[in-house]
Amino acid sequence: MTTTPERTATGAVEKTDLVTVTIDGVQVSVPKDTLVIRAAEQVGVQVPRFCDHPLLAPVGACRQCLVDVPDAGNGRGFPKPQASCTLPVAEGMVVNTQVTSPVADKAQQGVMELLLINHPLDCPVCDKGGECPLQNQAMSNGRGESRFSDDRNRGVKRTFPKPINLSPTVLLDRERCIVCQRCTRFAEEIAGDPFIALVERGAQQQIGIAEDAPFLSYFSGNVIQICPVGALTSERYRFRSRPFDLVSSPGITEHDASGAAIRVDHRRGAVMRRQAGDDPAVNEEWITDKDRFAFTYAQGDDRLAYPQVRDQDDPAGRLRPASWPEAFAVAARGLAAARAAGGVGVLTGGRLSVEDAYAYAKFARVALGTNDIDFRARPHSAEETAFLGSRVALTGPASGAVTYGDLETASTVVLVGLEVEDEAGTIFLRLRKSVLAGGTEVVALAPFTTRGMEKLSARLVATAPGAEPAALAGLSGELDATSVILVGERLAAVPGALTAAASLADATGARLAWVPRRAGDRGAVEAGCLPTLLPGGRPVADPGARVDTATAWGVDHLPETEGRDADAIVAALVAGELGGLVVAGVDPADTTDPAATRAAVEAAGFVVAFDLRRTAVTDRADVVFPVAPTSDKAGTFVNWEGRVRSWEAALHNPSSLPELRALSGIADELAALGQGSRLGFRTVAEARAEMAQLGPWDGERLPLVEVRAPASLETEGESEVSRLVAGAPRTSTTDTRLLSSWKLLLDNGVMQDGDKYLKATARIPVAVVSPADFDAFGPTVTLTGDRGSITLAAEIADDLAPGVVWVPANSVGGGILADLASPGSPVTISGAEGVHG
Amino acid sequence: MTESTHGALTPVLTDTWDAEQGWKLDTYAAKGGYDALDTAFAMRPDDVITAVKDSGLRGRGGAGFPTGMKWSFIPQDNPKPKYLVVNADESEPGTCKDIPLMMGNPHVLVEGVIISSYAIRANKAFIYIRGEVVHVIRRVQAAVAEAYAAGHLGKDIHGSGYDLDVVVHAGAGAYICGEETALLEGLEGRRGQPRLRPPFPAVAGLYASPTVINNVESIASVPAIIRNGADWFASMGTEKSKGHGIFSLSGHVERPGQYEAPLGITLAELLDLAGGIRQGHQLKFWTPGGSSTPLLTADHLDVPLDFEGVGGVGSMLGTRALQIFDETVCVVRAVLRWTEFYKHESCGKCTPCREGTWWLVQALTRLENGQGSEADLDQLLDQCDNILGRSFCALGDGATSPISSSIQHFRDEYLAHLSHGGCPFDPARSTAWAGQEVTAS
Amino acid sequence: MIDDKTLDELREIAARYPEARSGLLPMLHLVQSVQGRITPEGIEACAAVLDISAAEVSGVATFYTMYKRHGVGDFHVGVCTNTLCAVMGGDEIFSRLKEHLEIGNDEVAVQRQGDSKTVSLEHIECNAACDYAPVMMVNWEFMDNQTPDSAVQLVESLRAGHEVSSTRGPRLCSWREVERVLAGFPDGRADEGPTAGPASVAGLEIARERGWTAPPGASAGARDDVADVPDDKQEAVEEADTSRAESETVQEASDD
Repeated sequence: MTTTPERTATGAVEKTDLVTVTIDGVQVSVPKDTLVIRAAEQVGVQVPRFCDHPLLAPVGACRQCLVDVPDAGNGRGFPKPQASCTLPVAEGMVVNTQVTSPVADKAQQGVMELLLINHPLDCPVCDKGGECPLQNQAMSNGRGESRFSDDRNRGVKRTFPKPINLSPTVLLDRERCIVCQRCTRFAEEIAGDPFIALVERGAQQQIGIAEDAPFLSYFSGNVIQICPVGALTSERYRFRSRPFDLVSSPGITEHDASGAAIRVDHRRGAVMRRQAGDDPAVNEEWITDKDRFAFTYAQGDDRLAYPQVRDQDDPAGRLRPASWPEAFAVAARGLAAARAAGGVGVLTGGRLSVEDAYAYAKFARVALGTNDIDFRARPHSAEETAFLGSRVALTGPASGAVTYGDLETASTVVLVGLEVEDEAGTIFLRLRKSVLAGGTEVVALAPFTTRGMEKLSARLVATAPGAEPAALAGLSGELDATSVILVGERLAAVPGALTAAASLADATGARLAWVPRRAGDRGAVEAGCLPTLLPGGRPVADPGARVDTATAWGVDHLPETEGRDADAIVAALVAGELGGLVVAGVDPADTTDPAATRAAVEAAGFVVAFDLRRTAVTDRADVVFPVAPTSDKAGTFVNWEGRVRSWEAALHNPSSLPELRALSGIADELAALGQGSRLGFRTVAEARAEMAQLGPWDGERLPLVEVRAPASLETEGESEVSRLVAGAPRTSTTDTRLLSSWKLLLDNGVMQDGDKYLKATARIPVAVVSPADFDAFGPTVTLTGDRGSITLAAEIADDLAPGVVWVPANSVGGGILADLASPGSPVTISGAEGVHG
Repeated sequence: MTESTHGALTPVLTDTWDAEQGWKLDTYAAKGGYDALDTAFAMRPDDVITAVKDSGLRGRGGAGFPTGMKWSFIPQDNPKPKYLVVNADESEPGTCKDIPLMMGNPHVLVEGVIISSYAIRANKAFIYIRGEVVHVIRRVQAAVAEAYAAGHLGKDIHGSGYDLDVVVHAGAGAYICGEETALLEGLEGRRGQPRLRPPFPAVAGLYASPTVINNVESIASVPAIIRNGADWFASMGTEKSKGHGIFSLSGHVERPGQYEAPLGITLAELLDLAGGIRQGHQLKFWTPGGSSTPLLTADHLDVPLDFEGVGGVGSMLGTRALQIFDETVCVVRAVLRWTEFYKHESCGKCTPCREGTWWLVQALTRLENGQGSEADLDQLLDQCDNILGRSFCALGDGATSPISSSIQHFRDEYLAHLSHGGCPFDPARSTAWAGQEVTAS
Repeated sequence: MIDDKTLDELREIAARYPEARSGLLPMLHLVQSVQGRITPEGIEACAAVLDISAAEVSGVATFYTMYKRHGVGDFHVGVCTNTLCAVMGGDEIFSRLKEHLEIGNDEVAVQRQGDSKTVSLEHIECNAACDYAPVMMVNWEFMDNQTPDSAVQLVESLRAGHEVSSTRGPRLCSWREVERVLAGFPDGRADEGPTAGPASVAGLEIARERGWTAPPGASAGARDDVADVPDDKQEAVEEADTSRAESETVQEASDD
């Protein structure tokens, strides 16, 4: 049953906005416009309900919540019971629920009886049995025996062949459905994907899809969770478990920077399903399908279960299992040697918990004596490094940073370098809520209007890659202090763009927030996984900050010079300037230059790899440590808002340890070798305590390094455009396009592995081209860049920024960074051979 | 009935139905058609509303809500466009007045639409006609086209500065679209399922704009009110149910058909005009205003057929759809068939109506087949109690009317089914051709 | 095929309304006139023109009974079997036709050798012609006062391709042609058929015979003597806020 928890109001409700009503003899004052069903909750009365959902518009369809209203507040009563889910309170109103009114009780019993006449008695085999609002409320508000299908009446129930697939992930058992419309209302009102609808009429009315048009929504799984009966089930979970056999543990999504609350339901040490957690400040009650269904990546055969070391006695030098202590020792010896041979770089990826990130940050400084540490396993820049230090680190809701709630009150939200539906689904839902409520305009600086932008009624400022700084500058007249600018991590690849965003915010008073893709990115900034920042946002370059940190850590000094960023670490490894590498869950294909990263891993004298699963990097590593997935350890993510989102371990797997434990073991061994200091913590709790002790930096922050967009890029783009517009004959240069790209929510990402149903709901990869390009090169195009070629079906975007072509970043082959070119760089377009003349 | 300065029948809307081409503009104009437009345009819109209020005209689609008052609910300070929607989705079983009206005299509807739209300051009006009556749709389409050609519609009508466009919209088969908010859903291209009220259509109706929805006969009554004055209209009918209305007699009467008379006429008087119950038979039961209005019997022959009179005997005037059944008809069969209709037409939105009609049909079928016991009758009434007033809209309520009222009046006949082990009636005796057995059977 | 002409006409329908989606019902009628039924292609076309989802169009297309997912005959024959017509003989007509055509409800009769047209059969709900009971409809044109024999004759004439006229309307045209009229494209037959059928004028004839009329009209526009009608809008709204909702809900059961 979905009820509204009492939520702490952010401000005191004005006395005049309160309405006093009497419910079952108890007076209660509630804000005006409160629905009677919610007012009743305030006096502890649970009126039974099905169609009602606090986040969906009232519909009054199921009629289960009928109550008696002897006085509507005007001295007159309603002659008939009223649906409390659609009736707003009025001053002086008197309401009698089933608790005190025989009329209301009979009305509810009557509706319940009618709901059940056509409902199958298959609770023992129904997924929902045990957590079913219908089952529960039939017990509390229904009669024990049926008058419809008893021996005397032998009523004939409505039956349907079952079940039908609404999508590859969502199934519908029609005969269980009570057509409360929660699912269709969610699809239309919340997700904006009305691909399920009521079809047929009357007793045959059911939920349906159009022929060959499944319910493909990034948010489809939510309908399963809010279904008040067992009509909607998931392919993944159907018949797998019973609710009462599950243990539920609260968690935080590891798939994006939303910080969305999830509930991990597990049985006998295995995750069976994940549900949305209810967190009004963050994800309300919704999560993306990736957050919900993508958990099997941790359950595959390639999961690393024990440490491995490269066998010195094996002529082939193969990896062999090792004990944890042996692996610590081998790693420490190798790293000590590598440190002597030029130093060790640390690449931590974007998926670490803050506690683990903190351990890497400290390990680099105290055990390896280096600031060569970077979490960014993606294109990045020095401009971004400075931006993170000056504008991102140390911000959060407490210090006035942009929050989800702020998105609902903003007059304008500018999206740049960020496709919210793909890259930040929870933000997308909140923005959509805000837009539908009226008042918020979304402006997107993007190459074309995406489906997500359409659903936000966003205004497109068609922007070619590289043109973002100019486009941002162009908004200066439109924004003010009620505006919010959300910048995506992709802006790091556009010189001058983050500078322009910061300038725009400064000039207009608009508030600025940085939205990375990965769950660990924001926390890594705070934890000090940057070459310029120590934990707590302390600038490496600031002697005071170093002393502060060194004192807290009990070490004499910390490395003084700012370190290499990820690209520089890669370059230094290739050049032999660095002797070793500690790498945590980095997929070279995600990095600025995949080939260079692979070469760096190869070239490194000594590699310690941490990963959940076996990869090409772990295969190459000298020591491999398994890491715990988020379900197996406690941790914290800091979401894009800067909000701290901690969770405790759901599963207890003795061989599945947080990385900080292994790093601590290695540090101990290094210290024993006379290298550096111990970490000083071995558990998440100890790490948290130390971090709390250290606290945030309260001194000067890093300055923003202003970077101006190179003028040549824009003019080059423009001249290219003008040639296209002028309809110049196709020459060798007129088939040059600027590559735009981002990752779709569902793609080839390794953390979506193992769920074929989820995979089947991914959008079909296409190249988005202009109408002219479609005419000239379509319907299948080949794009060729400096790293290779890919061929994709072409799809037209009428408003595509001139001279641009868009492809999904990681939906085909090894991803575009490896197989095509860097986003923002030129590619050539041609009709695919054999498909188009 | 009031002071009789006129006949028992008062043809106003039906007055052109015997003309050679009653549907043509020329025919209508020859009888003064469209003259009321200039009268209306010479008045302030609010005065037109007042005139309709003063006439006492109440909705002719069944609800009987005062038409002028409905118009006055339109908030004129609302900047959104206002709309007039004519409910021509005549589907209530027994109701058959708007269809011949639009077929025989579509221009009186069009003129009424213009005056009514002017009064509420709408510049766009819609006539939502049920789809299953294509020739009616043709006639209304043609009338609208003629009215445009004659300058009665379009820009600056009659030089008044007032603009109006009218769209004739065909439905597609859904009784529920007679419910005004379901009709709006249909008109917006959606499933015809009723909307939550409030907001009422007067505030947020079509496209969430202020909207008046009136029945065909209500709107068609407006030109004569404007032409002849509110008092003229109010001189007909009874104290609270004023004016003329079309009474539709069907079933076992000698002369079924449309009888336009002042409200308050009785069934006895109407039967007298219609030649009585068919030869050799007696009245058994009848509906005063369609199948959703509780059944009445021969005891109610002298009830004044106005809103108060019929309400006073536990039924409703409804649409004055007088379906007459004689003693050959099995009331259980009749009620079962209506119940099947409600099941078929239930939109599915709410539980009591969707599931309730499913159950009612099964329960009644058992009774009609002579199965069960008297306790089942009480259970049936309890089911009705769980539907009546619990449904989202009035369709569910309507579904219970024939059942409750028939058990009230004919409980013994239900019991006779049980003791007889089935229906004791011969359906062949009820047919239109019964007693004229020329065909072998 | 939904060709460009049809797409243009679909857009034309949508353009009649302040909001395009209002055109959906007539648009689906047009789809039927072109394709003989509601096809997935037709649903897609409407969805594309209106920029809504195919599921939303499906929801509408399956709600209204005039939309057919399976084809119907050239002549779609409906027999009213709602209570009054059923009692007056509609049940007998319907069973005779089922037997005669050897089909069940909502089916198309086999086209026999020599038949130039096909017929389909459906029992329908009240079609607002109760004073002509028992009533049949052919392609939604009235065929009043039928008997089992007349019904059989009717379907045989239709199958033979003879010209048949509605008892109160025009010469019958095909189901698809009628669907086009319902889509809002007139076929020029409005002037066929009588003003009214005999039952419609039953009362009028009596009035004419007896010289009954409505009272003579007063001069137009006179309204100085305001009757005692509640005129206060606020009062009326207040009156309406609870009781009106109730009373309207009760009464609009019969609001058609």
